[in-house]
Amino acid sequence: MKTVITLTLSLMLIASPAFAKVNVFTCEPEWQALVQAIGGEHVKTYSATTAYQDPHHIEARPSLIAKTRRADLLVCTGAELEIGWLPLLLRKSGNADVQASELGYFLAASHVERIEVPVALDRSQGDVHASGNPHVSWDPYRLQTIAKALSKRLQEIDPNNATNYQQKLKQFNQQWTTAITRWEVMAANLAGKKVIVYHKNWSYLLKWLGVEVIADLEPKPGLPPTSKHLSHLLSVTRDNAPDAILIANYQDDKGAKWLSNKTGIPVIQLPYTVGGSDQAIDLFSLYNEVLSLIIKETR
Amino acid sequence: MNTLFTQNKITKVVLAMAGLSMMTLSSGVNAAGLGKISGNEFNPAISLILDGRYTDINSSELELPGFQLGGEAGLPSNGFATGHNELVMSANIDDSYFGTINMAIVHSDGETEIELEEAFIETLKLGNGFTLKAGQFFSGIGYLNSIHDHAHDFADRPLVYDAIFGGHLVDTGLQSTWVAPTDLYLSFGAELTTGSKFPSGENEGNNEGRAFFVKTGGDIGISSSWQLGASYYQSEFDVREASGAHDHGGDDHEEEVTIDNELLNGDIDISGIDFVYKWAPKGNNKQTNFKFQAEYFVKNESGLVEFVEGDASAEALYDGKQQGYYMQGVYQFMPAWRIGLRYDHLKADNKFSDFEDNGIDEEEFLEESGYGTADEPNKFSIMLDYAPSHFSRLRLQYSELDNGHDETNEIITLQYSMSLGSHGAHTF
Repeated sequence: MKTVITLTLSLMLIASPAFAKVNVFTCEPEWQALVQAIGGEHVKTYSATTAYQDPHHIEARPSLIAKTRRADLLVCTGAELEIGWLPLLLRKSGNADVQASELGYFLAASHVERIEVPVALDRSQGDVHASGNPHVSWDPYRLQTIAKALSKRLQEIDPNNATNYQQKLKQFNQQWTTAITRWEVMAANLAGKKVIVYHKNWSYLLKWLGVEVIADLEPKPGLPPTSKHLSHLLSVTRDNAPDAILIANYQDDKGAKWLSNKTGIPVIQLPYTVGGSDQAIDLFSLYNEVLSLIIKETR
Repeated sequence: MNTLFTQNKITKVVLAMAGLSMMTLSSGVNAAGLGKISGNEFNPAISLILDGRYTDINSSELELPGFQLGGEAGLPSNGFATGHNELVMSANIDDSYFGTINMAIVHSDGETEIELEEAFIETLKLGNGFTLKAGQFFSGIGYLNSIHDHAHDFADRPLVYDAIFGGHLVDTGLQSTWVAPTDLYLSFGAELTTGSKFPSGENEGNNEGRAFFVKTGGDIGISSSWQLGASYYQSEFDVREASGAHDHGGDDHEEEVTIDNELLNGDIDISGIDFVYKWAPKGNNKQTNFKFQAEYFVKNESGLVEFVEGDASAEALYDGKQQGYYMQGVYQFMPAWRIGLRYDHLKADNKFSDFEDNGIDEEEFLEESGYGTADEPNKFSIMLDYAPSHFSRLRLQYSELDNGHDETNEIITLQYSMSLGSHGAHTF
């Protein structure tokens, strides 16, 4: 027993981290990209999910517990998007610094106002989020607010490099503001267009662009499309023809393709987040690609 | 030291009060409530599991020759039955502790009982990978042991869990775990428990249970992940009453004969290994995914057996070795639909010496006490389930149980398992 304890303790000593870089565990690639943009060389990042995974359906698997164990800062969406696995990771990690009461716990959605907050909470409405739509990274203005809060948090966690984080944020803000102006000019013609979406993960983007969502492929949030619902959509599109069907490229395209074949409405498969296509390597290129694809297909 | 501690405490209180007043302020500013992930404001997160089933089975008692059964081991009743309805409440108690209670409401033999499955607190802020748990909990040994039945992939537990642990190894005491700061997941756990419950037995100190486990795991590329575990449990006890004695149809007996079947001065140890492998294309398990798991346990137990039936009795020194494994695969072939196969196998090898016949001969003793071995029991199951949402599941299962007495039981189960309230956890 004694040897086990000694071994354990010595293992811990060997492994205790030199606080060189801030070790950031992000739940989704968009936050990894944001942390990289405003943390630069002072952060080491890891994303729990990829652009091809549905962040709602992740399990608290061993590799994620190991990563959480070593994190100095946890950056996730919040608004219950990760409710199935993040609380479990926190409990199993034994990491005091990233618990919900600590500085090392940062939920992006809790720094901005959310849309589509349900009036009544009832599971007959599907897998609804009590705190509203969590997909906040798709509003460029909200993203800017989150970047500011995240930079402040990094400064608190790593005060030695505070000025550096401030500079990085300033730089990011300038580039992002310029990009917003460019995107708004580029997408001006999208205002007033109509689309069908698979899931409510484009709500912030479409609200910003002034695009109207006439229906969802999911009968209720989180439930896969049914043939009954699809035939209902078919009749909806007869009266009110949309310009496109938007799906993220990790979502099942069967329903969308069926509807497209029946109606001739184009299906646009979009990368939902950074890493979702060869071009989408950071937040700028992600926004660029998604906007270009929608503009091209709805011309 | 003492003053430092007090000062520290005062600082904490002041900070907490400041935090509280800030919270009140900010909630005034942001009426939308820019909160954290939480179950239900300040109430504990509550979830209710509803489980009901229809079973077609032509036997009412689980008999596994060579295994003394205890705990919750058994067969479902024929026809309609409410299953394991569970009420779970949990919350962060404060910034340092998490607490949860899990109660099963079970109806059987005309009576409704509340069984305490788990009630424990757990530290959140020991740090450096350490977590301490206290209370009644499902032991961390094995893979399925700490997972509640409603989250299993089949309608019933693997045979080896019923045969060796009487369902789950559940006890009251302390558990400490440590996660190593390595990229490869490596976690160690140790438990100190009463050791008074099956498969152990009453002991004077009420503290004889010891469990140790180690788990490791990781990802293989983006699509696969795995976990491998090894466990050990050890206990000593004064007396264990067996519930698995052979029952020869009560109707034949005019008078009730009292049967006492006790294991005295017992020693028990259980070792096990478990393995889980999961695959989903690009790690996205929503459309299709596959899961394989296998566990093996071996139990050594010894002691003095006292078997009393009315005025007659028998005694013997007992040294038993019982083992079993299962392996199963579950494949989700399209969203919401899964199919699964499972194979269970048990083997018992029990030795007796110094047999003392006081009106019961060795053959009768072996048959009636449950210690006597026969062929190796095994079971084959196939299931199909449909889960249209995160919260509901319907399941059809067919099993063939060969109990080792040349009898094969066919069991057909139709089950619903639903979860109401707060969102459940996605354990690996």
